[in-house]
Amino acid sequence: MSDNIMSGADIVIKALADQGVEVIFGYPGGAVLPLYDAIFKQNSIRHILVRHEQGAVHMAEGYARSTGKVGVVLVTSGPGATNAVTGLTDALMDSVPLICLTGQVPTHLIGNDAFQEADTTGITRPCTKHNYLVKHVDELSGVMHEAFEVAKSGRPGPVVIDLPKDVQFAESKYLSPEEISQRHYFDKVTGDSEKISEAIELIATAKKPIFYIGGGCINSGTAACKAIADLVRITGYPATTTLMGLGAIPSSSPQWLGMLGMHGTYEANLAMHGCDVMIAVGARFDDRVTGRIDAFSPNSKKIHIDIDPSSINKNVPVEIPIIGDVGEVLSQMLKIWDQKAPNVDSKALKKWWSEIDDWRAVNCLKYDQGHEPNDTIKPQYAIERLYELTKDKETFITTEVGQHQMWAAQFYKFEKPNHWMTSGGLGTMGYGLPSAIGVQVAHPKSLVIDIAGEGSTMMNIQELGTMAQYNLPVKVFIINNEWLGMVRQWQELLHGGRYAESYSAGLPDFIKLAESYGMTGMRATHPDEVDDVIRRMVDEPGPVIADIVVSKEENCFPMIPGGAAHNEILLGLNESQEQTQSEDGMVLV
Amino acid sequence: MTNDNIERHVLAVLVDNEPGVLARVVGLFSGRGYNIESLTVATVSEDDSASRINLVTSGTPMIIEQIKAQLERLVPVQKVNDLTEEGPHVENEFALIKIKNSGPERREALRIADIFRARVVDTAVESFVFSLTGSPEKIASFLDLMRNLGEVEIARSGVVAIKRGKKTVIET
Ligand SMILES: Cc1ncc(C[n+]2csc(CCOP(=O)(O)OP(=O)(O)O)c2C)c(N)n1
Ligand SMILES: [Mg+2]
Repeated sequence: MSDNIMSGADIVIKALADQGVEVIFGYPGGAVLPLYDAIFKQNSIRHILVRHEQGAVHMAEGYARSTGKVGVVLVTSGPGATNAVTGLTDALMDSVPLICLTGQVPTHLIGNDAFQEADTTGITRPCTKHNYLVKHVDELSGVMHEAFEVAKSGRPGPVVIDLPKDVQFAESKYLSPEEISQRHYFDKVTGDSEKISEAIELIATAKKPIFYIGGGCINSGTAACKAIADLVRITGYPATTTLMGLGAIPSSSPQWLGMLGMHGTYEANLAMHGCDVMIAVGARFDDRVTGRIDAFSPNSKKIHIDIDPSSINKNVPVEIPIIGDVGEVLSQMLKIWDQKAPNVDSKALKKWWSEIDDWRAVNCLKYDQGHEPNDTIKPQYAIERLYELTKDKETFITTEVGQHQMWAAQFYKFEKPNHWMTSGGLGTMGYGLPSAIGVQVAHPKSLVIDIAGEGSTMMNIQELGTMAQYNLPVKVFIINNEWLGMVRQWQELLHGGRYAESYSAGLPDFIKLAESYGMTGMRATHPDEVDDVIRRMVDEPGPVIADIVVSKEENCFPMIPGGAAHNEILLGLNESQEQTQSEDGMVLV
Repeated sequence: MTNDNIERHVLAVLVDNEPGVLARVVGLFSGRGYNIESLTVATVSEDDSASRINLVTSGTPMIIEQIKAQLERLVPVQKVNDLTEEGPHVENEFALIKIKNSGPERREALRIADIFRARVVDTAVESFVFSLTGSPEKIASFLDLMRNLGEVEIARSGVVAIKRGKKTVIET
């Protein structure tokens, strides 16, 4: 093409290709037909046709989180865009880099209440990192490339580009990423060296230290995860990870205390409570992690490394804030640590570890699985067996939201980052199935398992159609307790056992459902069937729904009730039966 | 959250002059529950590419820090300056005040306007419009006095502020 003059739709596709995009998750409609035409005419980018736009966004999230690349979504105007809103909010909360292209009515109709018009930039402003309405085709190349920068840089997030139909038809010159001028938007990457020296000093003299590692470490990349694993190992200090940080350091490390927070381990939470120096790395002191904020880790000095200045001193004041890319800052720290080779207080550490070992000995995740004929499957057992039987493969896990999600976080162990995809910040039921599809698209040869609840599965069940159309061998492993279990648990513990609307009657027969899509369905109802079902599921080359019928009334422990402090953690039902929930705590979600 | 250490801060926010930028700023404040005491915006660069938002807000020191960090995350925001923190600055506000009255109150209104150096910009048989520039406190006390003298309508610009001395917000 002479001088690179092309239609807006072609500019979009060319820009995506130049940004290294290989796949788009989307759903067509009137306002994006020129874009679909442009997709039809090329071969470099694959399009996955979803069944609902929310599904498209979660797929792009799964794709992005399992690859470290930017996920791309394409939806039409009006209902296409509004259907994407939950996914965008999810991506914003969990810092997932996405580009979401939305169709819009032609510019001359904007503001007219035209057919399928929605104020997409207005609606998505609070749920995106940034958004654009492209009113003239000459701006398009610049917007496309800038959008990728915005999505990836700093704390990543979703970006919406709203594309009026006339702009998709209009012609302009395409500009490559090198030809556009970047604006002032950039982030501080390296950390302040003075602050880093101070931090090293504090770390070296700690008596009861702990590393508190979050999803920011995984976002920063594999180098950051390697660096934090190195620092943990070199110091010999204990480390805990958040729900989003699972896999940042290998779970096999004896220094890893498991996940912390509301359903975290006893040892992780008590170590956080009792530590004297806390090193927060790419974590954001979320309320699920801190519990009651004024009782959070009362005696510690805190170091906080994060790329996002707004995450620092937001909930918890810290003594040493270090703003910068986690990977960058950690490598600066490792260098100084190497040079100085400080002597850690090994006597104090030994005492600290023996305290921790006592907490560990409580064995907070224990459960009883009977194998008598009348015994039912414990959800923990199902997930533990799933882990044992799949850990030697390259396995990716996604989850839905609820008890099963917390059990998955407790019982499935990760050696590497980017293998665990869960909706943390927003807690979006319906995330797991589509996000597993996105992961499978990115890793066609790997084992991808959605550890699901039956309730959540129903929320984006239509995406089974997408799995079927592309024969994506996702394994949907349903921990089926017939209840909205996490809701039931709160009602049992906090609302006097009044189970208002938390039981789902009318569930489908998941085997027949699978078969109706041409997939394989299987079921386990007794503990002794679990291994066999898992083996058959894993060996099956195509998609599978495995319906694991589990004990209906199992509760997820440990639990820090809303509004309680880390050291008020409950290990089981007996202690919790006496009301431990404070008035203030009751209002918390 | 306790209310004991609420501070008032004047921020100067330089932004790219593009559609939606004000909505982003205002949406940030309403979405996160921050206060806006006043907000003004106008273009300030020769080529109209940049605007300056003058914003008065209040909150605890931790909230003020959050507000600034959150503003800086917005893509079209070039720079956030906290004039309250960065040293001495001048604050000014402009107001147009209409007062409807007659008889001795009318004369009294003129006398007070004179004391405040308010200018009469419109006169009718039963009304004046005064124009007044000054600190927010000065405008408030002028209004207090005027309210005693008749029915008042007010148009206020909100605070604009600038640092004292030769330093500009770009340099700090
Ligand atoms: C979209 C959405 N709606 C409501 C909720 C509130 N919620 C949290 S967990 C849960 C129950 C989930 O049930 P299920 O998927 O069966 O998982 P289980 O807890 O039984 O393992 C509900 C309703 C939510 N997280 N997301
Ligand atoms: Mg359930």
